[in-house]
Amino acid sequence: MLASETATVAAGWFLTHAWLIPVIPAVAFFGIIFFGKKMPRGGSELGIASMVAALVIAAGTAYQWIDRVNGNAEAEAVIRTKQWFKIGGLEVGIGQHIDGLAMMALLLVAFISTLVQIYSTEYVRGDRRYTHFFASLTLFSAGMLTMVLAPNMVQLILGWEIMGLCSFMLIGHWWEEEANSRAALKAFFTVRTGDMGLLVGTAMLLFVFGTLDIKSINEAAAHYTGGHAILMWTAAALFIAAIGKSGQFPLHTWLPDAMAGPTPVSSLLHSSTMVVAGVFLVARIYPVFHTGLDINVAGNHFNFIAVIGGITILIAAALAFVQNDIKKVLAYSTVSQLGYMMMGLGVGAWMPAVFHIFTHAFFKCCLFLCAGSVAHTGSHHSFDMKEDMGGLRKQMPVTFITWIISTAALCGLPFVSGFFSKDEIIDTAHNNDYKLFWVIGLIGAFMTTAYMTRATYLTFFGKPRGGAKHFVEGHHDAHEDDTTDEVHDHAHVAVAHADDHHEPVHHGKPLPFAPSDSAWQITVPLIILSFLAIVSGYLNAAPFKIEKFSLWLEGSIGLKPGDTIPAGPEFSWAHAAPSIILVIAGFAVSLFLCLQVFGKETSPFKGLTQRVKLLGAGHTFLVNKYYLDALYEGVIVKAIAHPIAQAAYWVNQNIIDAIVNAVGIGGKRTGEWVYRNIDQRVVDGVVNGSGATARGAGGVLRPVQSGKVSMYGALLFGAAAVGALVLVLVNS
Amino acid sequence: MLVTQFLILSAVLFCTGVYGVIVRKNAVLVLMSIELILNSVNINLLAFDRLNNSAHGNVFALYVIAVAAAEVGVGLAMVLLIFRNRKTIALDDLSEMKG
Repeated sequence: MLASETATVAAGWFLTHAWLIPVIPAVAFFGIIFFGKKMPRGGSELGIASMVAALVIAAGTAYQWIDRVNGNAEAEAVIRTKQWFKIGGLEVGIGQHIDGLAMMALLLVAFISTLVQIYSTEYVRGDRRYTHFFASLTLFSAGMLTMVLAPNMVQLILGWEIMGLCSFMLIGHWWEEEANSRAALKAFFTVRTGDMGLLVGTAMLLFVFGTLDIKSINEAAAHYTGGHAILMWTAAALFIAAIGKSGQFPLHTWLPDAMAGPTPVSSLLHSSTMVVAGVFLVARIYPVFHTGLDINVAGNHFNFIAVIGGITILIAAALAFVQNDIKKVLAYSTVSQLGYMMMGLGVGAWMPAVFHIFTHAFFKCCLFLCAGSVAHTGSHHSFDMKEDMGGLRKQMPVTFITWIISTAALCGLPFVSGFFSKDEIIDTAHNNDYKLFWVIGLIGAFMTTAYMTRATYLTFFGKPRGGAKHFVEGHHDAHEDDTTDEVHDHAHVAVAHADDHHEPVHHGKPLPFAPSDSAWQITVPLIILSFLAIVSGYLNAAPFKIEKFSLWLEGSIGLKPGDTIPAGPEFSWAHAAPSIILVIAGFAVSLFLCLQVFGKETSPFKGLTQRVKLLGAGHTFLVNKYYLDALYEGVIVKAIAHPIAQAAYWVNQNIIDAIVNAVGIGGKRTGEWVYRNIDQRVVDGVVNGSGATARGAGGVLRPVQSGKVSMYGALLFGAAAVGALVLVLVNS
Repeated sequence: MLVTQFLILSAVLFCTGVYGVIVRKNAVLVLMSIELILNSVNINLLAFDRLNNSAHGNVFALYVIAVAAAEVGVGLAMVLLIFRNRKTIALDDLSEMKG
């Protein structure tokens, strides 16, 4: 059992046993790996059961935590640790650190994971690595849960790395296609680049504060008086880790490629786990960043976190406009929203940023699952909006409505959850005197609405094209000349789904049923998530003076609001007006352009990028993702890594090989001399000599072995008699 | 204490046993001779036990009896098998071990 360390107030059972939450899925992982294939449902039942168990405990924890905070506003975190290992006087524990932030994240991760696993039972049904898929999914959640309740940096790194490994396995789930395994490698290595910052930063934390306990670090950093430079570099190193994990500029390039994984994975990765880990890290040890990077210091209008967050919002939103793959639009949207969270943390808006993690998880998860639902049912496993979608709103009403609700939440329309979190970030940036980031936030809101309108239009409105046409009309006209769409992402899944209606054999024939929405395993999670996409915002709805979320999480900031960090702004509709107007403007402009470009046969706006050079250049620039991938692969890998590799090769061939050869030749010569002189003469002489001696002795003793039992007996007794005689002589 | 007499009896039995083991051709008689040897040892043990007023010798003697019983069991089984295979239990005919 864990030894209780801090128990100032008696904590309830769930609060003291929250450590079970990651343990259950971790155990289930081994269960699935070892026994999953023999189970009737291939191990998925074990995965879902473990996530439900984790969810129940997380819900109990949340309930008891809220109870605790309501009884005492200054409620202490429930920390329990057990010694894991000990190095040179530094004891590293493993255990739990339950406070508002951990409670929120635990509940969120367990909840989203449960829904995603239910959804996956239908989505990857019949997949050849079905069991492994659920095993990785379960371990992935276990990793995030481990990280979330880490009481110290070491356990945090443990969970962080488990997630990195699982994301690699899940993104590369269909590794038979090279693009997928490349995407998995890219995700892994890009995140690894950031992880260097995590290790360096953690080492520096130990150096600066002499401890790795998150609680002690936060307390020490809040009242830090030592040298500023060292803390600044610590915070910068740790933030680099967050950049890698949370897909911030300039390491965001892995996130859209991660779409190569199955849709449930993208959804889990992009809503509550993996990518929010970086934001969570910054939120968890916020005082370190706040002090180290001079956040909220008067007259300081920039800081590292806010600048990176701000850049990320804009570049990712711009990229979302040129994507034809619906999942990539959502991926860039996630990158952009993570930029909001980071920027929020950078301008001192801790509470809105964390609240945005919370609300974003629901609507982004829902959007991804909608995209998966469309591809799974409506467009023959293609994610291409321009080729294979369009006009699906009538045939897939549940998917359509949940998509619209989640899109509204993402755009931040008033009275849905995104409004209460995102607008709070923007408003706080204004209030805390970060004018530039206020403007960036507003532009981001405009762009978000515009690209989401485009995606919605292409998917659900207009004329059905390609796969969608086949699905809607039930025959094959559109498919005759279009064999390429089978090469899209999931062609081989379609093959695996031998019993499924979108199996390629149906192409060219009428579908055997009327086009309808996806199965209940898919639509039920969608409905639950879209409901929460509206409702979750009302935990912290500033316009209605509801501040429950703030109350529950306030203790986790590590700093006193109104003291070291500014108190949140007073809500007024006048402050919210600019973003609401921009959201509506973004919707109107985008809808107009969509109708012109995609809806009409001829329009002055059609082919604008071909005719106007400046727009064309911008378009090409965006399509090529700012040439960042080219920069990383062409310049960094080729220009830096390649010469290093060449130099290493030269050293290898000329210097190391020469040494090795010289050693080899010398060794051979020595060996030959030893063979001739020592081996042949001395050793062999001894061996042969002893052999000859043994043979001679054997010949002499041979007659004794007569085979006669009585003779053996006589020898035995004779020997005993001699022994007795000797004994008598010696003793007398 | 008449230790000497016991020791003489024991020595006589022992020598008889050794003579039997070496000279007799019949495997069963050899086994019986071994029993004689073991029991001569038992007599020695008990005699010294009485002399020293301790119970250790008794215990050892019991052990020896148990081991002897086992030994005879195994030995007779072997003799039985040899007889079944060769129709003889004359030890002189069993000289496969000759080196």
